[in-house]
Amino acid sequence: MKYLDEFRNADLVKIVLEKIHRTVKHPWVLMEICGGQTHSIMQNGIDQLLPSEIELVHGPGCPVCVTSLELVDKALAIASMPNVIMTSFGDMLRVPGSNRDLFSVRASGGQVKIVYSPLDAVKVAQANPDKEVVFFAVGFETTAPANIMSVVQAQALGLKNFSVLVSQVTVPPAMHAILGSPENRVQGFLAAGHVCAVMGYHEYLPIAEKYRIPIVVTGFEPLDILKGILMTVEQLEAGKFEVENAYGRVVSKEGNIPAQALIKKVYEDCDRNWRGIGMIPMSGWRLRPEYAEFDAEKRFSVENIKTKESDICIAGQVLQGMKKPPQCPAFGTLCTPENPLGATMVSSEGACAAYYRYARVEKE
Amino acid sequence: MCLAVPGKITEITQTPIAKMGKVDFGGVTREVCLEAVPEAEIGSYVIVHAGFALNTLSEREAEETLEALRELGEIEGELLMDESSQG
Amino acid sequence: MDEQKNAINLQSAVCPVPLRHYDKIVMGHGSGGRMTQELIQQCFLPYLSNPALSASNDFADLQIPTGKRVAVSTDSHIVSPLIFPGGDIGRLAVCGTVNDVAMSGAVPVGLTAGFILEEGLSTDLLMQVVKSMAESAEEAGVAIVAGDTKVVERGKADGLFITTSGVGVYDNDFQIGGAEAKPGDVVMISGTMGDHGIAVLAARGELAFEMQIQSDVAPLNLMIQQVLSAAPHTHVLRDPTRGGLATTLNEIAEQSRINITVEESAVPVRPEVQSACEMLGFDLLYVANEGKLIVIVPEDEAQAALQAMQSHKYGKNACIIGRVNETPARRVLLKTQIGATRVLDVMAGEMLPRIC
Repeated sequence: MKYLDEFRNADLVKIVLEKIHRTVKHPWVLMEICGGQTHSIMQNGIDQLLPSEIELVHGPGCPVCVTSLELVDKALAIASMPNVIMTSFGDMLRVPGSNRDLFSVRASGGQVKIVYSPLDAVKVAQANPDKEVVFFAVGFETTAPANIMSVVQAQALGLKNFSVLVSQVTVPPAMHAILGSPENRVQGFLAAGHVCAVMGYHEYLPIAEKYRIPIVVTGFEPLDILKGILMTVEQLEAGKFEVENAYGRVVSKEGNIPAQALIKKVYEDCDRNWRGIGMIPMSGWRLRPEYAEFDAEKRFSVENIKTKESDICIAGQVLQGMKKPPQCPAFGTLCTPENPLGATMVSSEGACAAYYRYARVEKE
Repeated sequence: MCLAVPGKITEITQTPIAKMGKVDFGGVTREVCLEAVPEAEIGSYVIVHAGFALNTLSEREAEETLEALRELGEIEGELLMDESSQG
Repeated sequence: MDEQKNAINLQSAVCPVPLRHYDKIVMGHGSGGRMTQELIQQCFLPYLSNPALSASNDFADLQIPTGKRVAVSTDSHIVSPLIFPGGDIGRLAVCGTVNDVAMSGAVPVGLTAGFILEEGLSTDLLMQVVKSMAESAEEAGVAIVAGDTKVVERGKADGLFITTSGVGVYDNDFQIGGAEAKPGDVVMISGTMGDHGIAVLAARGELAFEMQIQSDVAPLNLMIQQVLSAAPHTHVLRDPTRGGLATTLNEIAEQSRINITVEESAVPVRPEVQSACEMLGFDLLYVANEGKLIVIVPEDEAQAALQAMQSHKYGKNACIIGRVNETPARRVLLKTQIGATRVLDVMAGEMLPRIC
């Protein structure tokens, strides 16, 4: 694929790796925010090729992993209602709620459909006028425009049977939470390239300033990730803490203005509960009151949800880079992708699933 | 959070609701919402996530990035030669 | 007498005549009575007639030379949609079982086919599927010698389920199987990966993408015969169906208790299939194939086996993708396109399109 394959070129990868090896003189702990970056690093084996001085820890940039247990349970409750078609991105189907997941709801007769785009969910609503169609709108800033567009479209089409269950989270507050924690080990950040494609990277300037930490906007292909790591390490070795852009072909400082306008029009800031981490103030978005008719939490009564998280799951610590998955006592034994205890083992870009899939060399 | 892939716009349709189009991803075509890329034309490359174009992809920047890395390779190669001749 | 002369004689009909009154399967077709007879005569026999079936017994009489070893296999087929670019459930069923039997090194001699029909299934569609089965069987040089049909109520079967069994005879002393791989062996694949899984997904339409890709479903027994003639000491033959190349290689590594290391950049793939995998976040190595062959041979027979595949129409893109090593045993490793080595595990559950 054009503009993908070129950024996997083995010769160029070797060049950047050599430069990284030459540049690094001290040990550094870097965090990549985005689950897609974690996946790319593990799938390509980038972590193995880096000098041992560089430790990569994986951040909470996996919307599937951080969607609050309460919202997952609400989705399960709504999906189990008769006359409801729950539509969702594929990777949400296996996320464990307090005692089941969307797959088991489907097995019990609930209607659950996987869609690639929220706009396809609107088409499902048009095709099924006698059913209530709900879209599980999870995501970071990257997915917000697509999720919002489904509401805009439904409104313009006058659909009365479409609503969204919103679980939008935003990156900057999470970075504050991680960097502000006394246990923080992160010294440099690889910011999420596609989040920045939408939002730009001006929001990171005060963060870099406040915590004196370099932040480099990074893409997803091996070359992009290595370039991001190189630029971060160069700054660290030079004692700098600036915001730089290593993904210039897609990201600009101000971001995508029409997309941001769309977000402001439909969403407003709110507090969000991050599964495994806890409540981070003003770290998410919800529908503005004028779009209340499309809010699934208002349309369906799902108030008395009692959540129960697994006692042994340490997903929260993994998501903040404090522990690595193999350090979890349940890793690979009680907790596997087939029987996940927490969301990080479910989604293929959750850190635990990535380690399980790509890094267990010794067979039990 | 960000599985987005680059593709080339092959069709554009302005509906009353939004700017829509068809994007070709190396042989696979899908309908994509182009509302956030008003300047994009047929033939433009866009980066698409969940059926929505997040931004246009600057082909010039892409080429410059690759070129810069190739040049880095040349510089590194020279440095290595210098080192081995001095060593 | 006059009534008899004027009565419609369906026994002598040569081309398939549409069922009287019925363009859809109804429960009566499964009753075992006259309607079932009509169903068989009109939807099945016109395509599948051979001495065994024409004898109309409940069994097939097959001649098997004494003292020979026999290979048997069975499979159930459920696919949605029933017809997809490049094939249909019928071709899938015939090729699937022919291939399974042929992977042993035996020559497939006969298949059975059981059909579970859903009330409401279009009889035109059924005839299309049966015709396709006949054509696939003919291509493979095997006969479908026994069959059965049942009908279930609407909603109890996804249109049509087919179960096939196959019998094959060993003409030789080949010792071929998943436990036979040895360190030093060369691992090859007969062509591009992922075509079937992606073609079926595109045909289902739920993810709303368009592409020109066809399933690779094909009978491989004749190509296998060519490979075994050229490389008689072949150790393993297996088709990477459900779970894809990665899962199948893991099965072999487990059975043979060895290590297989694959070069990611050596795995052939059509550009459109690669693109579809990128868009959906699928790993190509887990996508199903229905017309491809993994061949594991000792190094000294590798080139011969490779050329035997490349000279066959179903093996034009055959290539070497890896090696068998001693350690780490029971694991498959992948040397990634950027030069690192990591584990290639079995598929965990269903592959789901992701956003992250």
